[in-house]
Amino acid sequence: MDLLTPELGLFFWTLVAFLVVFFILGKFAWKPILGILSEREKGITEAIASAEKMKGEMSQMKSENEKLMAQAHEERTAMLKEAKDIKDRIIGEAKEIAKTEANKIIMEAQAQINQQKNAAMTEVKNEIGTLALEVAEKILRKQLNSNEGQEAYMNMLANDIKLN
Amino acid sequence: MSCKSLFSLLIVAFGAFGFVNPSFAQTTEETTTTTAATTEEHAPEKKGINLTELVFGHVSDSHEWHFFELGEKPVAIPLPMILYSPTKGLDIFSSHHFEEWHRDAAMPGVQISNEHNGYHIEKMMKEKVIAEDGSKVYDLSITKNVLSMLISVALILWIMLSVAKKYKAGGATKAPSGFQNALETAIIFIRDEVAIPNLGKKKYIKYMPMLLTVFFFIWINNLLGLLPGGANFTGNIAVTLCLSLISFFVMMIRANKHFWGHLLNPPGVPLGIKFLLVPIEIISMFIKPVALTIRLFANMLAGHIVILCVISMIFIFAGLSKFAGIGFVPVSIAFAIFMFMLELLVAAIQAFIFTNLTAVFIGSAIEEAHHAEGVDHEHNDKIEIIA
Repeated sequence: MDLLTPELGLFFWTLVAFLVVFFILGKFAWKPILGILSEREKGITEAIASAEKMKGEMSQMKSENEKLMAQAHEERTAMLKEAKDIKDRIIGEAKEIAKTEANKIIMEAQAQINQQKNAAMTEVKNEIGTLALEVAEKILRKQLNSNEGQEAYMNMLANDIKLN
Repeated sequence: MSCKSLFSLLIVAFGAFGFVNPSFAQTTEETTTTTAATTEEHAPEKKGINLTELVFGHVSDSHEWHFFELGEKPVAIPLPMILYSPTKGLDIFSSHHFEEWHRDAAMPGVQISNEHNGYHIEKMMKEKVIAEDGSKVYDLSITKNVLSMLISVALILWIMLSVAKKYKAGGATKAPSGFQNALETAIIFIRDEVAIPNLGKKKYIKYMPMLLTVFFFIWINNLLGLLPGGANFTGNIAVTLCLSLISFFVMMIRANKHFWGHLLNPPGVPLGIKFLLVPIEIISMFIKPVALTIRLFANMLAGHIVILCVISMIFIFAGLSKFAGIGFVPVSIAFAIFMFMLELLVAAIQAFIFTNLTAVFIGSAIEEAHHAEGVDHEHNDKIEIIA
């Protein structure tokens, strides 16, 4: 029974010490620790939620990106096609123009050549005519220098008339 | 002599606490010199050691902190005596003034100290300060238990404040590290397993500081009590009574209308039964803190006594024959180690149970009308049965 009687002194000091520990720890330890613990837990919950949200957003973004990519791909194909068409058209047009131009130049050149040829031919003909006249004059002069010549010539001319 | 120093060594090594009282020194002296002439009044203690005095000398409070006997001289720290008596007023002096102990044939089993400042100490299982003039003495001395508690208080404050500092420095974003991590596990355990299930999610935060303080106060004191030379602080009924009265006080202050209504006028009960039920309910309300007191006190005390007895067996057998004593050493030590491991576990379990029951009692007092009663009560009953 001796052991079961509480001593006043120990009771008193225990009470004092416990209350002191309680108030000091309550103010300077438990409050900040519990505060930070719940803050951290809240932070973690929020982080998980936001990560989850981000994941959704990411997948959404991904599908959007894919859509954009497909669109861009299509656009590129269309653009390429258009560019090719334009190129072909330009080349065709250029060819066309070049052809007509070339034809025109060729025609002009031909005309000029003909003209030059004609002129040259005329000149040559004239020259040849003059030369032939000169030669004929010289030959006639020579032949008709002597009497026999003149006679022969007159015979020939007379022959011609006879034949007629 | 070698027997005695071995005993002291074992006492220190196995966390039995300090007080090898002078009577033990005397009795072992007698066992080693049995042939020497002894006076008649000491005759019953002639054979073997006085186990009762030895064990209770160790587990009860003392005015000095005794470690062991070095030869003839006790190695002990004298502690301050703070005494108040209505006739003499406040008196503060060191306990080393009480050094001469004698026995009185009129009071068997009691040791009486010399008189100092008008006081002397009578020691049976406990030490009692008696005033020479017969007036009542209020003994507020810093005893071994008080000093042990002050050391543990300093330890608790140092641990918790340094950890709190770490929390403040790290903020909410930094992961806990080192000792902070270990402590956080305990704090979260108390919060998630003790506070929230018993007190409810809305109200628990108000009681967390109290529950945490109770838990760590008891746990660290339990562990300090297990240290070699430590005091049996939590195995003292004054301490457990104080702690359970604190939780009872909190319960009474926080009790709401619903609690008092159910207690004093249980709804849905016939009038005749009410006369039977209400007194039972009121008695059960007061039994709760008593149960808390006895549970912690008895558990810690029993653990200490068992370790002491197991160690003492060596010397009981040595009293029969020297060889039996030596032969029993390994058995005794193996038992003591086993008990010590068990006590380490019990130290934590008892701290948890005390905290949990405190939470259960407060929970029942602050319970709102339509709380999930069935589940909570079942849970509580289970814990009380286990405890």
